[in-house]
Amino acid sequence: MFGVLRAYVLIALWQARPGLAGYDVADAVTFCFVTQALIGPMQLFGGGLTLPERIRSGDIALDLVRPAPLQLWTLAEDVGRAAYLFAVRSLPPMLLGAALFGIVVPADAGRWAAFAAGFALALVVSFAWRYLIALSVCWLQDDRGVAVLSLVLTTFFSGMMVPLHLFPGRLGDLATSLPWAAMVQLPTDLYLGKASVPETLALQAFWAAALMGFGALATRAVRHKVVIQGG
Amino acid sequence: MIRLDRAGRTFKVRRNVVHAVRDLSFSVAAGEFVGCLGPNGAGKSTTIKMLCGILTPTSGTVRMAGLDPARRRTTVARRIGVVFGQRTTLWWDLPLLDSFELCRHLYKVDRGLFRSRLDELTETLDLGAFLRTPVRQLSLGQRMRGDLAAALLHAPDVLVLDEPTIGLDVVSKAGIRDFLRRVNTERGTTVLLTTHDLVDVERLCRRVVLIDHGRLAFDGSLEQLMATAPGQSSIEDVVTRLYTGGARPPGDVARQ
Amino acid sequence: MVRTYALLAWTWTRAAAAYRGSFALMVLLGFVVAAVDVAVILVVFANTTALAGFTRDEVLLLYGAASLSFTLCDMLVGNLDRVSAHIKAGTFDTFLIRPIGAWVQLAADRFNPTRIGRIVQAVLVLGHAVTALGVGWDRGWMIAVMVATGMVIFGSLWTLAGALQFLLTDAPEVVNTFTYGGQQLTQYPLAVYSRELVLGVTYVLPLAFVNWQPGLYVLGRDDPFGTPEALRFLGPVAALVLALAAMAAWRQGVRHYRSTGS
Repeated sequence: MFGVLRAYVLIALWQARPGLAGYDVADAVTFCFVTQALIGPMQLFGGGLTLPERIRSGDIALDLVRPAPLQLWTLAEDVGRAAYLFAVRSLPPMLLGAALFGIVVPADAGRWAAFAAGFALALVVSFAWRYLIALSVCWLQDDRGVAVLSLVLTTFFSGMMVPLHLFPGRLGDLATSLPWAAMVQLPTDLYLGKASVPETLALQAFWAAALMGFGALATRAVRHKVVIQGG
Repeated sequence: MIRLDRAGRTFKVRRNVVHAVRDLSFSVAAGEFVGCLGPNGAGKSTTIKMLCGILTPTSGTVRMAGLDPARRRTTVARRIGVVFGQRTTLWWDLPLLDSFELCRHLYKVDRGLFRSRLDELTETLDLGAFLRTPVRQLSLGQRMRGDLAAALLHAPDVLVLDEPTIGLDVVSKAGIRDFLRRVNTERGTTVLLTTHDLVDVERLCRRVVLIDHGRLAFDGSLEQLMATAPGQSSIEDVVTRLYTGGARPPGDVARQ
Repeated sequence: MVRTYALLAWTWTRAAAAYRGSFALMVLLGFVVAAVDVAVILVVFANTTALAGFTRDEVLLLYGAASLSFTLCDMLVGNLDRVSAHIKAGTFDTFLIRPIGAWVQLAADRFNPTRIGRIVQAVLVLGHAVTALGVGWDRGWMIAVMVATGMVIFGSLWTLAGALQFLLTDAPEVVNTFTYGGQQLTQYPLAVYSRELVLGVTYVLPLAFVNWQPGLYVLGRDDPFGTPEALRFLGPVAALVLALAAMAAWRQGVRHYRSTGS
């Protein structure tokens, strides 16, 4: 539903400016439905993790004494949820888009493989970001501010609303190199075959590693805080 | 004051039709104190909800103070007070006093009358200490007293209570019972309550209505209830017998 | 009813104002979230001078008007879409034991004054568009009519969504698509959409009257879909019809309410 409305806006834009950002109209429509399909598994509207509740209730202490590291354990849970959301939330919009407008489907196996790799990395980036946001609850009294800030950054800078290539000048370059682009814009470009595969995957891998690293540090800090202060 | 005439309520659960209440008839006169008993899932709450206008009966008629509660819900609401033991009717995040103020406006109670009633209720229910506390921070016993006060601020003719003593400690229960008895005897308010606590029934109810499988299984005074099982001395044994089907068949219902 | 609403809303506002810092933060955040949609419009117009024949300021006028109606409704009656949550939590009974309509109580429940941030944002966008386009009083009067019409239409949609939740208690997000979908649809000139969709939201679910039809009058433009001129002025009628339908649906919904458990 929302994808369809967005598709019309993009079609109108590409009718006014054919070939914008190196996409043709079919690419733009496909972009719209691929990004729509990514909302579910990438949890772009935030949430998904039960961590903030567990921190508030104090159950986090139980998680920290488990033999498996908290961050990886949570990642495993999140990947499972993403697989489920992919099935129920991603396929229907793709099929709807294909039926209403017709979308581009990559023909060669190489592009599919690149997209699959990009998708997997995007999942890790998305998880690592939300994990950091969730842990921030430990240090903040009112976590709503961070949640909304994350929502704004994620929806606007992921490419979920308009392709980041449309952002003017420097802003566009900056936006495509930020972690949020790694969640939506980059995997979608891999799907469309509009970006260099090694460079894109490298950027995604960089953000995945960087955010997971921060997450690991934050986990240690939380463990310290819980152990010393008793939660 | 209260009258049910062959009242019934069905629910569709997937494809099946479930009769929560069927062919239920009994009436309560002004000033009575009636206890409504029945095993879990017997249809007590459904009955109460039909009387308050929350649920529309699917068959038969229901009258509260002479009115059809489903059609004249807001008029009926002005004349009755309702308390659910399981959940509060107060505004969860607001201080108790704010809830009362809202009730004053919603029920259009005159300011002077409101003050005097609130003073009286504050004293009899001992609300003074937590009038300015948000409802969510009250203990169950405090909350129940607050709920009772809110239900009586507009001086209703009928007080309907769904398990008002559930989960309370012995002292709180005794306090609530004392209060309810006074409301009934001093103000003449008609009271209908459902409960699983047979002490409530023994201490308060002059009459008992027992609902089982959505039908009336007994209607009579406490003495008549005890007489259904000669030789049994405790009310608990008598009611257990009735619940487990050791009683008379549904067609043979004792009436007043 | 208005007095009751005002009283309930005021009580909630007082409760919310007790936490001053958090209150200010939420107002600010509402403003920022709403700004994302405007930012998207600006990004689109950084790439083109016209979208489906409409300039940036024309689009901002349509966006601002629809947004103002939507955000006002969201603050005033937005809680109507929590019917299903109340039914599941068993708290809907509470509304029905009070001597006033369930609709007013639910609409005012947890009245959230922090949503003012989004309203301010809509007013600013609308104000900018009116100034930039030099809209005069001769046609500008329609803006007031259009915001009022839009509020009635969105309010009716919320009521319908609430009413449907009595039936579809387990799928509130399905019915909420109407309200939020309506908001999304009215952000851009309907000229960007397909003919069938626009005819649907003109003659079936009258979303076209939120800002499109009256907006065409304010902008002094013809409808690219060629609908008759008279439709520019029929918004209030369409809104009234929808409101009556919504009221009837709400009544039916409450009548069919099945209180859960004990």
